[in-house]
Amino acid sequence: MKGFTPDIDWNETVISIKDLYKSFGDNHVLRGVNLDVHKGENVVVLGRSGTGKSVLIKIIIRLLEQDAGQVNVMGQEVEHLDTEGLRELRLKVGFCFQHGALYDSMTIAENLNFPLERNEPGMTAKERNRRIDLVLEAVGLSHTRDQMPSELSGGQRKRIGIARTLILRPDIMLYDEPTAGLDPITCTEINNLINEVQRRFKTSSIIITHDLTCAKATGDNIAVMKEGKFIVKGTFDEVFRENDELIREFYEYNFTE
Amino acid sequence: MDKPVITKGIDHFFIDVYNIFRFISRFFRQLFHPPFEFREFMRQCYFVGNKSLSLITLTGFITGLVFTKQSRPSLAEFGATSWLPSLISIAIIRALAPLVTSLICAGKVGSGIGAELASMRVTEQIDAMEVSAINPFKYLVVTRIMATTVCVPLLMAYTGLVGMAGAYLDIHLNEQTSLATFTQNAVTNISFLDLASSLLKATMYGFTIGVVSCYQGYNATQGTQGVGKAANVSVVISMFLIFIEEVVIVQLINAIR
Repeated sequence: MKGFTPDIDWNETVISIKDLYKSFGDNHVLRGVNLDVHKGENVVVLGRSGTGKSVLIKIIIRLLEQDAGQVNVMGQEVEHLDTEGLRELRLKVGFCFQHGALYDSMTIAENLNFPLERNEPGMTAKERNRRIDLVLEAVGLSHTRDQMPSELSGGQRKRIGIARTLILRPDIMLYDEPTAGLDPITCTEINNLINEVQRRFKTSSIIITHDLTCAKATGDNIAVMKEGKFIVKGTFDEVFRENDELIREFYEYNFTE
Repeated sequence: MDKPVITKGIDHFFIDVYNIFRFISRFFRQLFHPPFEFREFMRQCYFVGNKSLSLITLTGFITGLVFTKQSRPSLAEFGATSWLPSLISIAIIRALAPLVTSLICAGKVGSGIGAELASMRVTEQIDAMEVSAINPFKYLVVTRIMATTVCVPLLMAYTGLVGMAGAYLDIHLNEQTSLATFTQNAVTNISFLDLASSLLKATMYGFTIGVVSCYQGYNATQGTQGVGKAANVSVVISMFLIFIEEVVIVQLINAIR
């Protein structure tokens, strides 16, 4: 279980979601979601596949637009941001995709340089290289600098995905299924990396997962999603004291069998 | 689900037409806004030329050679084989060079662009650009449409030259015509309008290939199946539109002539 995180500021909310609704045709994915993320806090959103977890974080970064409700990120209503406002928001909020989403025609160094070159035009090539080295070292993959994404394993791709997000020095990290499809050892490495990122870069995070080990290892708080809304929120122990069928099934599947 | 206004198929057709016009208007709006992705544009120009050059050389040369061989018996009946250079140059410059070039580019380049962008869409690479505060439309779409629009006319000019070389080889071997005489006869009946209309056609075809393949790739869905579909549909629609444009432009040019 994750230990006490000293840097959480419980008085400062960085993400505030109120009564969020989203449908795709007749499929009502989010049905009144409410969530607060505090500064420095890792919140794990746990739930079965297809319950709307990924949709939730895509709305936060406005890859998708909500049907109703409010999403406030660092004091700004995401829905009402203009192009420049949205650009600034996306510099503050990093998004790690489930499969890394690395640009497969570029080397690892080029993958990291690409967002940096466009968003920090004042930086010299030397400064950019130094930043690239720093984030590669942070994810423990300095040796992959000149490799192509196709040469990396699934776990390495995810770590480079995290590095590419970190390179813009975001305040908030959104992780979409960071441990899906990985072996238990690599899962542990990713979980440790998420905690290391929180500690070293002082980020707040939402971690989307259905992996209870990941939830236990990385979450300061856990919110369980069922049928488009949260049914319970709290620490790992608080959540798994609840007598809900879904929660019981999750626990038994992950820790009993 | 909403009921179709006419039928589902017709509704989709009009929705697609509307979306393509929005796509084109977005292209023109972003074309003149900095930053200009000049390096990526040059890279795409290289790909367009590199992908098609060998095939265009072979096809252009054989087209000129075979067209000369096929035309000779008809002209020989009237003792008019000396008109061969004029006939061939008119046929190649007015019709064959723009059509052959654009059809080859639709097949080679259009399918490549469609598949590449679709693959980037389904592996979330385009979303990754958006969340990194990079404008993927400008980087991926504007550069590719510009590359095809600029390169297809250049390739068309090259096809014309190679086609004429094929024709000269056959005429030289059969009629022992010198290069100077061949060139003089070939050029005599070519007007400025012929050259300008061919250039206009090739530019239009290049733009069409770029828009259609980028639209199909950029808006791809359905995972890996969508990649194949985008590549296939890019070629089919590009070729279909090229033939329609050919008919319309020839009518307009003939009206001016």
